[in-house]
Parts: sequence; structure tokens; C-alpha cells
Amino acid sequence: MSVASSNNNVADPAMIDFYLNGKRRQCADIPPDCSMLELLRGPLGHTGTKEGCASGDCGACTVAIGEPTADGSLNYHTVNACITPAHQAQGAHLVTVEGLSRGDALHPAQAAMVECHASQCGFCTPGIVMSLFVLHETQRTRPAPFTQQRLESALGGNLCRCTGYRPIRDAALQMADQPDTHPTWADDPSLPGAVASLCRDVMGRTEGASPGHYTIPRSLEALRELKRERPEARLVAGATDLWLETTQQLKPLDDLIDVSRVEELNRVEAHPEGWWVGAAVTYSRLAPLLDAEFPAFGRLLHRFASMQIRNRGTLGGNVANASPIGDCPPVLLALDARLLLDGPDGERDMPIDAFFLDYKQTALKANEFIRGIFLPRSEARQLKVWKLSKRREDDISAVLAAFAWRLEDGVMRDVRLAFGGMAAIPLRVPAAEAALEGQKPDEAAFAEAKRALRRELSPMSDVRGSAEYRLVAASNLLERLRLSLDMIPTDNGMEVMLDAYAH
Amino acid sequence: MRTLTKLPGSPNAEADVASESAHARKAQVGRNKGDGPLARDVTHDQGQGNASHSRQHESAIKHVTGRAAYIDDMPAPADALHVALGWSPVAHGRLTRLELERVKASPGVVDVITFVDIPGHTDVGPIFPGDPLFVDDAISYLGQCLFAVAADSHKAARFAVTQAGIEIDERPASLDPVAAAEREEFVRPTHVQESGDWQQVLEGAPHVLAGEQFVGGQEHFYLEGQACLVAPTEDEGVIVYTSNQHPSETQKLVAEVLDIPFHAVTVETRRMGGGFGGKETQASPWACIAAIIARRTGRTTRIRLPRAEDMRATGKRHPFHNRYRLGFDDQGVLLGGDITVIGDCGYSPDLSEAIVDRAMFHADNAYSLGQVRVTGQRARTHTASNTAFRGFGGPQGMMVIEAAMDDIARQVGEDPLTVRKRNLYRAGRDITHYGQRVEQLTLLHDIVSQLEESSDYWARRQAIRQYNAKSPIIKKGLALTPVKFGISFTAKHLNQAGALLHVYTDGSVMINHGGTEMGQGLHTKVCQVVARELGLDMDQVRISATRTDKVPNTSPTAASSGADLNGMAAKDAASQLRERLLDFAATHFNAEQGGLDREGLRLENGTLIAGDGPDAKRIPWGELVQAAYLGRISLSAKGFYSTPLIHYDRETAKGRPFYYYAHGASVSEVSVDTLSGEYQVTRVDILHDVGDSLNPAIDIGQVEGGFIQGMGWLTTEELKWNEAGRLVSDGPATYKIPAFGDLPEVFNVALMQGHPNSQASIYRSKAVGEPPFMLAISVWSALRDALSSLTDYHKSPALDTPATPERVLLAAESLRQAAVHGTDADDSE
Ligand SMILES: Cc1cc2nc3c(=O)[nH]c(=O)nc-3n(C[C@H](O)[C@H](O)[C@H](O)COP(=O)(O)OP(=O)(O)OC[C@H]3O[C@@H](n4cnc5c(N)ncnc54)[C@H](O)[C@@H]3O)c2cc1C
Ligand code: FES
Ligand code: FES
Repeated sequence: MSVASSNNNVADPAMIDFYLNGKRRQCADIPPDCSMLELLRGPLGHTGTKEGCASGDCGACTVAIGEPTADGSLNYHTVNACITPAHQAQGAHLVTVEGLSRGDALHPAQAAMVECHASQCGFCTPGIVMSLFVLHETQRTRPAPFTQQRLESALGGNLCRCTGYRPIRDAALQMADQPDTHPTWADDPSLPGAVASLCRDVMGRTEGASPGHYTIPRSLEALRELKRERPEARLVAGATDLWLETTQQLKPLDDLIDVSRVEELNRVEAHPEGWWVGAAVTYSRLAPLLDAEFPAFGRLLHRFASMQIRNRGTLGGNVANASPIGDCPPVLLALDARLLLDGPDGERDMPIDAFFLDYKQTALKANEFIRGIFLPRSEARQLKVWKLSKRREDDISAVLAAFAWRLEDGVMRDVRLAFGGMAAIPLRVPAAEAALEGQKPDEAAFAEAKRALRRELSPMSDVRGSAEYRLVAASNLLERLRLSLDMIPTDNGMEVMLDAYAH
Repeated sequence: MRTLTKLPGSPNAEADVASESAHARKAQVGRNKGDGPLARDVTHDQGQGNASHSRQHESAIKHVTGRAAYIDDMPAPADALHVALGWSPVAHGRLTRLELERVKASPGVVDVITFVDIPGHTDVGPIFPGDPLFVDDAISYLGQCLFAVAADSHKAARFAVTQAGIEIDERPASLDPVAAAEREEFVRPTHVQESGDWQQVLEGAPHVLAGEQFVGGQEHFYLEGQACLVAPTEDEGVIVYTSNQHPSETQKLVAEVLDIPFHAVTVETRRMGGGFGGKETQASPWACIAAIIARRTGRTTRIRLPRAEDMRATGKRHPFHNRYRLGFDDQGVLLGGDITVIGDCGYSPDLSEAIVDRAMFHADNAYSLGQVRVTGQRARTHTASNTAFRGFGGPQGMMVIEAAMDDIARQVGEDPLTVRKRNLYRAGRDITHYGQRVEQLTLLHDIVSQLEESSDYWARRQAIRQYNAKSPIIKKGLALTPVKFGISFTAKHLNQAGALLHVYTDGSVMINHGGTEMGQGLHTKVCQVVARELGLDMDQVRISATRTDKVPNTSPTAASSGADLNGMAAKDAASQLRERLLDFAATHFNAEQGGLDREGLRLENGTLIAGDGPDAKRIPWGELVQAAYLGRISLSAKGFYSTPLIHYDRETAKGRPFYYYAHGASVSEVSVDTLSGEYQVTRVDILHDVGDSLNPAIDIGQVEGGFIQGMGWLTTEELKWNEAGRLVSDGPATYKIPAFGDLPEVFNVALMQGHPNSQASIYRSKAVGEPPFMLAISVWSALRDALSSLTDYHKSPALDTPATPERVLLAAESLRQAAVHGTDADDSE
């Protein structure tokens, strides 16, 4: 690997060309499986960003990526550098903890952390500072109150073992009172333009790079072509699942096609019958649609991984990964979603029910990719999504339940009960659905549904929960559904679930 | 001649010195000589930047800018080697063949070593033997180290490890500590503490209750994993940079493993990215392995364990199985009984002797047990060797009596707080089961009653009962639990510390001591102590890394003792130097007029002051130092401290193992969803005793951080092994420490005011590292309280820890079933 910091424009596809803390950097011969963290700590000698886990769970490696926006500014988001491919820095502005202060004058995020005694051992601190930096940037451009939920979402992906978080919460709340110091690179009005133009050029020249490398197609056509040439190449979108194969299992990732910049895969299109969501749309970009149209799904995102992961992870990746404990597949099953698969041999549309075949096996052919996911619109449909996990934030589900139905003259219709964590694949439970279909949501109908559930599901015992717990909990979630449907809530409107967990 | 640095500032720049602060400090000095309890007469500052100020952490700015360097951030020569380790894939068996040819041939590999390549000692057991550096033939746990590979990159080394051929004659693994204890498979002999005729008490008591509980272990999850960097020196030795709580022990072990004298090994620790006990003994093996490779290759060698390997290879907080059988009167006051604690030690002794002892010492927590027998067993199982972790067995021991308090309360139909209060140590019931008198007898009563009031316990209790009566699914719970935690190493010889102080001719001060900085603010506190003794601003005092060649033969930074011991040693050094300078000043200045009045000399605000009032003579610190240098006065001092009074006789199981106790109490409120087992800690109030705080900001940080860490231990942090003995919760994806949103919405933390330490500790402060950890027991007790409401508070539910949503749900289900079927779901008789 080699590193340069000049302005020449040699078109080397294996070169990563980007801005780091306001300065143009060009790094040549970076292997495809190199992470952003390895690039920073190794060749670039920026050791301020830490590795705590190399699995996206602790946030010690948090850095900010600034991407050019339509209005000519840079929009910053946090990512876990440990599981972000170094090549995804192409044409972006990467900001690390070293790039925040202005000489000795600390950035408000840093100054507030010092003042609130928010670092003890200090190892989590650079990551926390970066999450606060992005929160501060977002606040500058789109001010909104710092609610508990907002703070949780900004900081839920940063573990701190020492402080217990109280001083970190104080620091977040106190940033605004600090002198508005910003790094010198932020003085440069031409930076966003320079990043945007670099992004355009770099994308032009990395298109169609040779095999054995990290290829970043920009169009559907180019992606199909690459899939024809290299059907065995792995696809990478947010890398939030894929990268664990290299950091945790030491598997080689030497032939990658990055779908994250394919224009057609990044669209969200509204149609009268519903929405087509491009497979490479990240959760963060999807959130506004879900909040508006599928609030229960939108609320699930607050408990889906962390901000850093949601900023990179995609719905397409979640579906393609086909994990039995992935959070979105059960919701998509309950919503009766469809998938659009594509590849050199053409496109095909399929109901999501037909996609998951067996443990981590799907109907996707070797040379195919997921192009989009269709979320059907329905005015009358109701949806509940409940996730059970050991920790409320940033944890994988032990059980995920997604229930959809509509009420017609007091009876339930189109009942779809889908679960994650209850079998080798995400699945619906037809017998339990049948027990409710056309019935009033009363105790008798639900008792039958619960019996059917226990008959049909035989979940595993694993690190996240025992089979017994999963069965009891899944059946209790049906009970919760009944209680929440009960029009005269027990006694005087007492809650049937904790607010913080409500979806 | 050496030229002296020009000093900034004019001689009389700081004319206004608060004279009360001088008096205050004199009073303070006087006080510290005494032994008896004293009222707090100084509540605020003793001069700028000195002790008792909420000074920021000495590295805070470096932390937030990314400039604070941890081991893996340290630059190394370009040819430095990276080590990866080969681990046992099974938990128990004999290694029959280790084929490493393909490992050696793997790209980038420079050296591969195994058991036979160790030049000196092969066992790195810290106190008792039992920890082979590499497996010779007996394999005792999954994740035990078989071999090490050094390569020119970390990736190359990790890849090469996968090329090994390993053949093992596998045996069944013993993973159940209770079964192991029944078979008498122990790593150390059982110890028993007895006071009075407990058998007779059990026979005659009006009520007897028995219970059993499993208390889970805990992964340290220090954010910075185990790491070290070892460079060969020009003679036969090495210099070791390590993330380590016990540099002196690592020095010893590295020297023994290399078979060289201790003075050939220097160990340096600047800071750790968290330790919590996990780097007390378990940081040494990696340093030893890297040292062997560094000596063999002549190249600097780095080891950094990837998270999953770190979690599998290193020991954790001991899981415990506890049992009690206790007699009590109608009021719920304990008369005595029998308590057994079984620590799951893993495969070797490590520190388990002292850890299980500490569990036994804390089986009373804050309550007089009456006539009791406490038995501690140390079970051997095929897992990593469990080790020190904040509280050192104390938390696990306290759990048994806190469980009993709840259970007894349900039995006698009282609020658990009432029963707890009745059982607190009090006059006439003030001797522990190991014979130590509890000295600050009223303190804990005061803490509990203040907290009861400030947290509005009784009004909330009533509101919660009303709420629960109406709410079918969500149940709230409330609990107040106290903490009394003994301070001192129970191994007497460890209660000593040294410090080395240098003053340079520009007036800047460098202090070194044997303690290590892991985030707890020890260095900050020690700088404050020195600044206070010398009347300087904190900025003039710097602390550098902890090094075995500066302060030798040090104790681990553990047992919450860091500031108590090292602060005292630093104070000793600083006061020696101060007295020396004042003696010199008395004769040197004003010599024509017969010198200065020695009695009236003092150092304040960077100035030497002679006399009082407007005529006082003021000489800036820098000038004093330069004059002393020219006057050939030594500007360096070494300090030493050893804790007085303590002793414990293992034969009689009696003594005074603790210099003093630190206290606290907390009230937690939870809301539990009894359909899903999900819960939230909604409010926590804490009142904690740190004597006279050395640095309230740091102390509050320790209280809060300790509490949340303790809450994690009791709620979401679940260690799981499969039947083969493989740790399956081996990373943060599956092992869940508290995250930002677990911080209780209302979190009121206060330090108890007006109760200086009754012992002459450093400025009458108290140790704060461990005690607050156990405040979190109130969360667990509150969860049980919420569950108990399902039985209208008649039953006390069994709730092992960690009380995950799964355990809470299954407990709720069993209480409901019992209500339906009328069976007894109670864990107690
Ligand atoms: C810390 C952490 C927390 C997480 N928490 C959750 C959670 O709470 N819930 C949850 O469900 N998941 C969670 N995940 C998993 C992961 O974030 C999601 O599954 C995410 O949606 C994956 O998307 P991605 O874009 O990152 O996929 P990638 O990692 O890029 O790819 C995943 C797989 O899908 C394939 N792929 C990607 N895009 C396509 C495409 N368009 N067509 C065909 N194949 C494709 C890849 O080849 C790869 O095999 C977590 C992961 C981490 C690291
Ligand atoms: S290192 Fe832990 S999230 Fe990246
Ligand atoms: S300060 Fe140590 S992990 Fe946060």
C-alpha cells in the first residue's frame, strides 16, 4: 500500500482518492478487503480512531463521512470504520477525531466532553466525539430538540464501559453552549465543491475496474454486465453483514462489486399501489418514508442496529443476507412485499414469501442481484412490529414479530403473522393466521391462534434465547396484540407494553 | 555551570493569598495525624488546583482529540513483528500432535514458538502455579494458548494460525461448578468463617428460610483489548509497553520466563483503555510471549488480541452458586445460620483464593448475620481462569444476603426496606463474622435514612402498589439496597506503595508512583495531592507513565486502593521535599537578618510565604527551587506508604482485614412488562460515601460508571458456553453491556457530605473504584419486587442473574402458573 497527498489525477482504479480532514489523499494499491479503519490506522498513520471490536458493535472506530448534496454542501453521517470498506471512501470527505479541533481550540463536541468529565479511560472517546460532531453538524443544518430518543439514536452505537453515559448525555446537551469553534477545513468554502467534483471524476474512472479488485458500478447496465463477467464476485452494499466475514472469520474478500452507488438501486419511487425501494437505499434514507407510511416499521428502525449501521446498511442487504434473525424480512412478509430480482439474464418479480428457501438459502441465482423491494400501499391495513432482545438498543432480535391485518365490521381480515428467530428462515404461521382470519379479536380466537403457533413453531436455543423462551414470548406477543386491540382496554387504559419498547 | 531557565512572572505577581486556606490546610495536616473520627471542618477548596477540586482528567484533552496513545497506537520500527496465537479448540483433553510446518511456511511468517521454546519458567501463575504459558500436553479450557506465530503483519500472522494441524485426545469437559464442588474438584482449599453456635441458632429460631441462587459472571469488556509491545534491549533484556494493571508482576514473570534478572526487564504502562481487574494478572502472558519472540528475533514485537479471542482466552468475573439457610425472629432480624458460596474459578487458581475470600467477607454486606458459618469453595471447571473484576468477589457474596433480605421480608410480610434497616449493623451488633468491628456505625443508618427521604421511598412505594393493583401487564418495582465494602488488599503485603518525585530547575514537578491509570482518574488525584502538598497549581505537576525502573516492586492497581496507597506515597514524597525546601529557605533567605522564621514558612499558590499579614515575605516557587538547586539541595524525593492496623489470620478466620469500610445506598425503580420480560430502569437515586472527596467529579464518575457496570452484570450481560465448553457470547454482538439508552431517565447521584474517613487515609477520603458497583443490586431487587407483585407480595421469586428479559419472563410465567395451579413457585422454603 502506498499513500500520497498530491493533486495529480492519475486514473488508477485501485487507488482510493478522497479528502481526509479537508486534505486530498490518494492511496494506491489498497486491497479490496481493507477496511477504512485499517487504512486510517495503517498507511495513513491516523491512530486516533480506535478498534474495540472490528464488528460494528462498539463504535470506538466511528468516523464521519461527508457526501456532496444537491444544494452544494456536505452532508455528514457516522459510520463504523472497522466494517466499512476503505474503497467506500472514494470521492468522499472523511473526517476523523484528528480533524476537529482548530489548533488548540477544541470543537464544541470535544470541549463539552472535557467540561462534563465524559472521558475516563478515553478509549471510546474518539468515537463518541465523532458521533457528537455529526449530531452537532445536523443540528446546525436541521435544528431540532435533543429529545431522549434523538440522543439515543445518535449515541446508541457507541459503547462506553467506564462512564455509565450520564456525562456523555450532559456533553451532548451542553455542546450548544460551547464557543462555536470549527476546524480550519470548514473555513474553506470550496471544499464541498471540490469533493463533489472529485466524486464525479473518481466514479468515472473506477467504473469497470479489473477483476480481483473493488469495482464500483454506477448504473444498472454496468452492474448487470459485471454480474455477467464475474458471477462469483460478491456484492457489497453497506458491508454491515459482509465485512464481518473478513474481520471475524478471516475469509478472503478479494473480488467485490459495490452496489451502493448504482443509481437505479438508490431510488425510492412512489406508485399508486405502493413504493419501490431500491435495494441499495440505506435505512437512514428509508426512514422518512417508513415513518410516514409504515410507522410501526419506522419505529422498528430505532431499535435496528445503531445509527452508524443504519447509515450504511440497506434493505437489499438485509433481505439478501436471509438471516433468520434479520429484522426486516418478517415485516416484509407481513406487508406482503415483492422483490425485483435482476441480472444479465433479465429481471423477475417474486413475492417475498417465495424468496427464503432454507437457512441462509434464497431464490436468488448466482448471477442475480436484488434490484428493489416493493412495499404495497393499503389504507386499511394495520401493522404491529415487536422486537425482543436482551438489550433494548443495538441488539439482534431473539424474536421479532410482525403482525398485519385489517378490521372489517369488527372481524380480522388478511391476517398475516410473521416471525423472525422462530425457525431457520423468517416465516409466516398460516395455521395461526387461519385461527384469526374472519374472527373477532377475542380471547377464544387468540387462544386458538396461540395453540396453532405452539404447534407449528419449534425454535432453536442459542446465545440469544432458549427455545422455551422464544415460544412463550412469541405466544405472549399474540396476547399483547389482543390486548392492544381490545377496544375497552383493561380497566382505565393501563398500558400493555413499555413505552420505550412500543412499536 | 548549568544555566537556569528564566522563570515567567514577577516575584510578587500573586500577592493575595487567602489566609484561611493556610489555616485550613494546617488544620488538615494536624487532623491527618490523628486516628479518631473527626467532624468535617473543611468543606471546600484548599487553594487553586489542589486536592478536593473537580479537576478534569489529566488526559481529557488528549482523549477528545485522539492524541492519547494506547498500546496499539504506539509507533514501532518498520520491521516490527505481529503475533497471533493458536488456541485450543476443545475444553479438556491431551494435545497429541501439533503440526506447525504449514504455519511456518505461511507467507510473512518469521517465527513460531510453543512450550518447548520457553527459556525459563513455563508457568505464569501469579500467586499459585497452574497457568502454563503454552499447553505442554494437558488442555484445560477452550481458548488455552497452544502456540504463537510472529509475522510481518497482523493479518499474515492470523492467517498462518489457521494452517496448524492440531490433534487432541478429547475428554469430557467439566463445566458445572456445583457438580465439581460435590466431587471436591477445587483449585484451592475450602475456607470457613464461623462465629458462634450457628447450628443451635438454626434449631431454635422462630423462622428459618433457605434459598439458592446462581449469580452470573461478567466479561470485563475493557474497550481496549489485551495488548503489548515489546522491544529487545541492548543487553539481555526487554522493554515492555503493556496495557496492564500490575507492571511489577509482569516484570517478574517476563524475567522468569526469559530466565534473566528482574533488572533486565522494564515495564511501562502509560494508560489503559479500561482494566476493571481484567488486566491485573491476565495481561502478563501476552507480554511474556512477545518477550520471548522479541529476544529470539531481535525485533520489536506486538501482540493485540482480537476481541473474540480476548473474550475466550481471558478469565472473567467468577460466576457463583450461593446457598443460605438463615434463622430470624418475627421482626425479620437475623439470628444466624449457614451460608455457602461456591466460586466457579475456571481451570486454575489465579486470584481465586482471595476472590472467594472476599465473597465470604461480604456475605454479610451491611447486616449483622448473628451466629453464622460462612463457607467458601473454589470449584475447578474447564473454562478460562476467572479473575479479578471490580468488587473482586464482594458483589457475588453480597447477592446471597440481599436475596435473603427480600425473601425474609416476604415471609414476615414487611417491606424489604424495613427488614434491611432492622438488620443493619448497630450498637451491640457491630462485629462481623470474621471478627472486625464496624467503626462508623451510624454512617450507614444516616445514608439510608437520608436516601429514603430524598428518594421519597415510602410515597413511591405506595404509588407503586396502587399502580400494580390496577395494571395487568406492566408491573413496577422499587428497592433500596445498601453497600458496605471493605477497603484493603486482603493479602497484607500488597498494602504498600512507593512514589518518586522530581522538581526540575524551572519549577516544574514530575511525580511517578506505582499505580496505573485505567480511566479511574488515579493520576489526576495523585497530581492533585502533590500540588496541594507543594502549594502549586495542577498544571505544574505532571505524571508520566508508570515504570518499573522508577518505582519498583509495586502492587497491582486494584482493590480500589490506587489513590489510598499511591496518594499517600506521593504525599510522603512531596511533604519530605517541602520540608527540605522550607528548612533550606529558613536559613538561605534573609540570611543577614538571621533567616526566616521556620515555623511560619509555608507554600501556597506557587509562593513561599514567610510570616503573616502585610509584612509577609513572598518568594515565588521557581525562585525558591533555583536557589535550592544552587544551594545543592536535592530536588528529588521518594515516598513510601504501608497501610497500618490490618491483619487477618486464615487459621482462626478472624482479624481486621480492612482498614475501613466504604458505604453507600441506592434506590432503583423499574417497570417490567410481564408478558415479554422487557423492563426499564426508570429512576435511580444514589447516596455514596467517599469520606472527604479528593475530586468530586472523578468520584461521581466512578459511582455512576460503577453502578451502570453493575447493572449490566445483573441484567443484560450474559455469558453463555455451549456443552463443549465454548464461550458463545464472545463479542459485543452477543454479549450486551449497557448502552446509552440504558442510562436511567432519572439518575440522582450524590456524595455523602460531612463524614470524613474515620481512618487517617489520604485527606480523609475513601476508596471509590469498587464500592459503587454493588449499588446496582437494587436494580435486581427492584425487578424481584415487581415480579413479587404478581403474587400480591406474598412470594419472593427466584431470579438468577443476569436477569435478562428471558429470565424475567420465565419467572413471571412461573409465578402466574403457580397462581393458577396453587403450587409453590417460591425458591425459598
Ligand atoms: C452492529 C450491527 C448491528 C446489526 N443489527 C441488526 C439488527 O438490529 N437487525 C438486523 O436485521 N440486522 C442487523 N445487522 C445486520 C445488517 O446490518 C443488516 O442485515 C443490513 O441490512 C445489511 O445490509 P448491508 O447493505 O450492509 O449488506 P452487506 O453487508 O453489504 O451485504 C449483505 C449480503 O447481502 C448481499 N447483497 C447486498 N446487496 C445485495 C443486492 N442488492 N442483491 C443481492 N445481494 C446483495 C451481499 O453480497 C452479502 O452477502 C447488524 C449488523 C451489525 C454489524
Ligand atoms: S471497532 Fe467496534 S464498532 Fe468498529
Ligand atoms: S471512557 Fe472508557 S470506555 Fe468510555
